[in-house]
Amino acid sequence: MSSAQIEIQLIASLVAIACAIPGTFLVLRKMAMISDAISHSILPGIVVGFFITQDLNSPLLILLAALTGVITVVLVEYIQKTGLVKEDTAIGLVFPVLFSIGVLMIAKKANDVHLDIDAVLVGELALAPFDRLIISGVDVGPKSLWIIGGILLFTIGLLVAFFKELKLSTFDKGLAASLGFSPAIIHYGLMSVSSITTVGAFDAVGAILVVALMIAPAATAYLLTTDLKKMLGLSIVFGVFSAISGYWFAHWLDASIAGSITTMLGVLFLLVYLFAPNKGVIAVLYREKQQRTEVSLLTFLLHLKNHDEERERHVNHLNEHINWQKVRSKTVLELALKNNMIVINNNIVSLTSKGDEFTTQAIDYIITNEDAQIEDMKDDFFLFRG
Amino acid sequence: MSNKIAVQVDDLTVAYNYKPVLWDIDLEIPEGVLMAIVGPNGAGKSTLIKSILGILKPIAGSVSIYGKSYNKQRSLVAYVPQKGSVDWDFPTTALDVVMMGTYGSLGWIKRPRQKQKKAALEALEKVGMLPFKNRQISQLSGGQQQRIFLARALVQDASIYFMDEPFQGVDATTEIAIINILKELRKAGKTVIVVHHDLQTVPEYFDWVTFLNVKKIATGPVKDIFNDDNLTKTYGINYKVSIQE
Repeated sequence: MSSAQIEIQLIASLVAIACAIPGTFLVLRKMAMISDAISHSILPGIVVGFFITQDLNSPLLILLAALTGVITVVLVEYIQKTGLVKEDTAIGLVFPVLFSIGVLMIAKKANDVHLDIDAVLVGELALAPFDRLIISGVDVGPKSLWIIGGILLFTIGLLVAFFKELKLSTFDKGLAASLGFSPAIIHYGLMSVSSITTVGAFDAVGAILVVALMIAPAATAYLLTTDLKKMLGLSIVFGVFSAISGYWFAHWLDASIAGSITTMLGVLFLLVYLFAPNKGVIAVLYREKQQRTEVSLLTFLLHLKNHDEERERHVNHLNEHINWQKVRSKTVLELALKNNMIVINNNIVSLTSKGDEFTTQAIDYIITNEDAQIEDMKDDFFLFRG
Repeated sequence: MSNKIAVQVDDLTVAYNYKPVLWDIDLEIPEGVLMAIVGPNGAGKSTLIKSILGILKPIAGSVSIYGKSYNKQRSLVAYVPQKGSVDWDFPTTALDVVMMGTYGSLGWIKRPRQKQKKAALEALEKVGMLPFKNRQISQLSGGQQQRIFLARALVQDASIYFMDEPFQGVDATTEIAIINILKELRKAGKTVIVVHHDLQTVPEYFDWVTFLNVKKIATGPVKDIFNDDNLTKTYGINYKVSIQE
C-alpha cells in the first residue's frame, strides 16, 4: 500500500466514525430524513463560505456551511409548527430550495474555480491526499484528515460529556424537560454536530453519500442489539468496515470510492436484515413457525387432557378430531414424544405426568394473561432443545 | 394531610395554536393528598400536569411548588408520563430506564454511579420488577412497562408525584400493585396527583379530586364533592354514579 492509499482509508474511516455517532441518535429519534435535508442544504453555505475564504478546507467555511444546516432544521420546524403541512412535506419543501440556490450560485460564480457540482455531490476522496497541510514548511498530512479528525474529536468529546442527556432526551423528552435538561438545547446541539460532521465529510464522500454513512450503520446496528452503547459501537464498526472494504472494492472496480462505500453499507444492511439472530427476517419467520407448532402442541395436549375416552385419543383418528393435515399432526406428535409429554400404547395416546403438568401450567398462564411466564416455562420444559 | 399547600396554580391559561385548552385555572393542592384529576377527553388534564412541570409554556398565569417556581423546586417533583409517550423499542433495559430517574439529582454531565444504581434496584424491588431488571424494555408487558415508569418516579425520592394515566392498559394485578404504592406514598406524607379515567374507582382510590373541563369545575375532598352534580357539570351529560360508602 502506498501512503496515499493508507491516507485515503484513514480519512474514510474517520468520516465513517464521525457520521456514525450522530447518525445513531438521528435513527433513534426517527429523524433520518433530517440528515438528508442537512446534507443538501449546506451547499449554499459552502459556496458562500468559499467566496469569502477561497479555501474549501477553511474552518470558517465549515462553520458557515454548518450554520446553513441548522437554519434548515429551524425552517423545517417553523413550517411544520404552522400545522399546515406535515414534517416530511416540510423537509421536502426546504432542502431542494436551499440546494438549488447553491447550484445556481456555483453555476454563475464558481465555474472558473475548483468547486464543481460533481465533487459536491459524490466527493473526491481519491484527490484528498494531494491537498497537504504544511506547517512552517513541514508536511503534516492531508488537510481533510486534520479537519475530519478535529471534528471527530469534538464529536467524541460531546458524546462522552452528554451521553446521559442525549439518551434521556431521545428516549423521553417529557421527563428530560421536567428534570431540567432542556430538550431544545440537546436537539439543536445534535443538529449542529450533524451539520458540522456533514460539512466535514462532504469533501470526502460528497454531500449526498454522507447520508448513507449516518443512517445505514446505525440502522444495521439497531437490528443487532438492545443496548445503546453497543449500538454506537456496532455503528462505528460497520461504518469503518464499509469504508475500508469499499475503498478496496472501488480499487478493484476502478470506480468511485464513495459509491463503493455506500454499496458496501447497503450489502451489509441487507445481510444483517436477513440473518440477524433476533430481528432478522429469517429469524422472525423461523420463530413464527415455531410459535405455530407450539400452539398446535398445546391444542393437542389440551385435547388429550380433556378426553379420557380412548376413541378420542387414537393415533389414526387424531387427524379427524383436531382437523389437522397429516404433516402437521406428525410434527406435533413427534415434538410431544421427544419432550416426553405423551406415551403411545396400542396406538392410544396418553399424557405423561410431565405433559399433564405442562398443559396445566400453560393454561394457567394463558388464563391469567401472563404471557411472559410462558417464555420461561418453555425453558423449564426444554421445548425445542436437543 | 397538613395545612401546607404543595402546588398552587394561579390564573393558568394554556393554548395550542391560539385555542385555549385550559382557561383561567386556579388550583390549590394541599400537601399529603392522593388526588385524581378527572374530566372528558380533551379536557386538558395532561396539559395541566405538563404546564405545572414546565414542559408546556402557558400564555398566562403562574405555578408554584411549595411557594417557589417549579425551576427552583425541581428536585421535589417526580413525573410519570403516559406510557405511550415513549418508544419502547428504544435499545435499553428496565434498570437503565429506572436509572434515568436519578439524572435530575445528578445534573448535567455527571454520570450515575453505584449509589444511583442501588437506588434504582431498590425501586425495582418495590414495584416487583427486580427479576426483569436486565430485560429489554420492548420485551415487557404493558403492565410491566407501567411499573418501570413508576419505579423511575420512586427513585427520584420526590415530595410531589405527578402521574399521567398510570392505569391505562394495565391488568388488574398491576392496577392494584400501583394503587397500593400510591397509597403508601401518601402515608409517607407525599402528595400524589393522578390523571384518571375510571370514575368508578375514584372514591376507592383517592381522597381528593379535581374536576376539569377546560375550566376547573370543582376541587376538594372526594367525600364532599364527588357527586352527580359535579359529574354532570364536567361531562355535560346527566351523569349518575352510585357511590358506595
